[in-house]
Amino acid sequence: MSTSLRPYLQCVRSSLSAALAISNFASQTSERHNVPEIEAASSPELLLNPLVISRNSDERTFIEPSVNSVRVSLKVKQADEIEHILVHKFARFLTQRADAFLILRRKPVEGYDISFLITNFHTEAMLKHKIVDFVIEFMEEVDKEISEMKLFLNARARFVAESFLTPFD
Amino acid sequence: MAAPEIHHLFHNPIADHSFSPDKSTLAVARDSNVELYQKSGAKFSLTDELKGHEKTVTGVDIAPNSGRIVTCSQDRNAYVWERTPSGWKPTLVLLRINRAATFVRWSPSEQKFAVGSGARVIAVCYFEEENDWWISKHLKKPIRSTITTLAWHPNSVLLAAGSTDSHARVFSSFIKGVDTRPEPSAWGERLPFNTICGEFLNDSAGWIHGVSFSPSGNALAFTGHDSSVTVVYPSAPEQPPRAMLNVTTRLLPFTSLIWNGENEIIAAGHDCEPYRLRGGESGWQLTGTIENKTGPGAGTAREESALHMFRQMDLKGQTQADIQLKSTHQNTISTVRVYEETDGVLRKFSTSGVDGRVVVWTI
Repeated sequence: MSTSLRPYLQCVRSSLSAALAISNFASQTSERHNVPEIEAASSPELLLNPLVISRNSDERTFIEPSVNSVRVSLKVKQADEIEHILVHKFARFLTQRADAFLILRRKPVEGYDISFLITNFHTEAMLKHKIVDFVIEFMEEVDKEISEMKLFLNARARFVAESFLTPFD
Repeated sequence: MAAPEIHHLFHNPIADHSFSPDKSTLAVARDSNVELYQKSGAKFSLTDELKGHEKTVTGVDIAPNSGRIVTCSQDRNAYVWERTPSGWKPTLVLLRINRAATFVRWSPSEQKFAVGSGARVIAVCYFEEENDWWISKHLKKPIRSTITTLAWHPNSVLLAAGSTDSHARVFSSFIKGVDTRPEPSAWGERLPFNTICGEFLNDSAGWIHGVSFSPSGNALAFTGHDSSVTVVYPSAPEQPPRAMLNVTTRLLPFTSLIWNGENEIIAAGHDCEPYRLRGGESGWQLTGTIENKTGPGAGTAREESALHMFRQMDLKGQTQADIQLKSTHQNTISTVRVYEETDGVLRKFSTSGVDGRVVVWTI
């Protein structure tokens, strides 16, 4: 665990806890509707200023709060082509199963790898501080997962190359 | 201070709650119904359900003298429920709004009630004898966004409203034939309907979540999404206020507040516990929380290995994975109401929250 990860996660944690001060809010533009205002974006006064928290040039979190919903987008570290492919596949795997994840958004926000959409119904049904914990845990797990997969891929590639080149020995 | 009385009713959010004057009946808004609980011993048990709304109920209020219950919901309707021998009978109110109703309160005189709405209007409703129905007049002039909260002045004419356009406003809701002419006060002398007696914006212009008049009615407190509480002392009609004091805090935003006498405010919100503010015209400050933290989370620290502790600190920036919060409420407190008072000084107040608990606190 590198030294810069802790302050980064702590910053995301406190920003997210503050952004999750959301409440039930019916739409004021369409009759009998209750939609996440951050997605509808129909009234500018109901959106707060979005916030970017960057750890470095290729790892950042984007938090967009509104009166009844918060959108959290993550950019996962991608150092090379292999990591880029792995992150893409991993994000695709998750978003296809977004229903099971409740707060996962089916499509990431432009420029990010994975997005969460947390509405007031989620904070009502689940413990708010546990949702924050989940996002934080996800952020560190995804890094770990990607580097593990990369190691595994490299090991496998080496093994394949070795067995392929054995006859020419 | 006595321990708070905790009633964990269910696992759904409580949008609003109201006690009857004798404190034996409790009305809570749960999803699209209003549930009535009767006190039996130390507990409350479900006795009645007021069914009729189609969408989330956002407000419920029991009139202290007449016992009538008014409810409003996101389906744009409000009902006045009256007890008859065959059960509770609803009467539809002609609100004439085309967006969700967000908040409802009886006036202290119980002749009127006000309904806030997402249609950028406040419907002031009163009973019309000749047609035998509740009709409404709209306050709408400077409102530019959803009304989130309302509070009545003790004279039943002035009405404070907070809205997501970041303004707290004081209106006159004088209705000829229903109200008697109010005494002139610092808010205004002549008060025809829809007079704007005050329009206030706090320093960082957050959405207003809670408003409240002081017991005398000569000061107004409101709280916004910027976690601040602002207290306004009006000077004279058409004049800038004598004092407007803003208390910023480092807490999460408050959603509701009430006065305790003229020099204390109790506010609660997303931090899940009530806080106390003290002061006067010269200045206000946050004095601290009302709760002494001996909640379930505090005493039951699990024994854990040092390795695990340091790993938790390193990974998550926290020392312990705790499920329960230390506060009594486990989620946002949505409403704070007066429970018992004498001449404006509180002895008890009640809070309800998203966690399905109603708590009665003794000061």
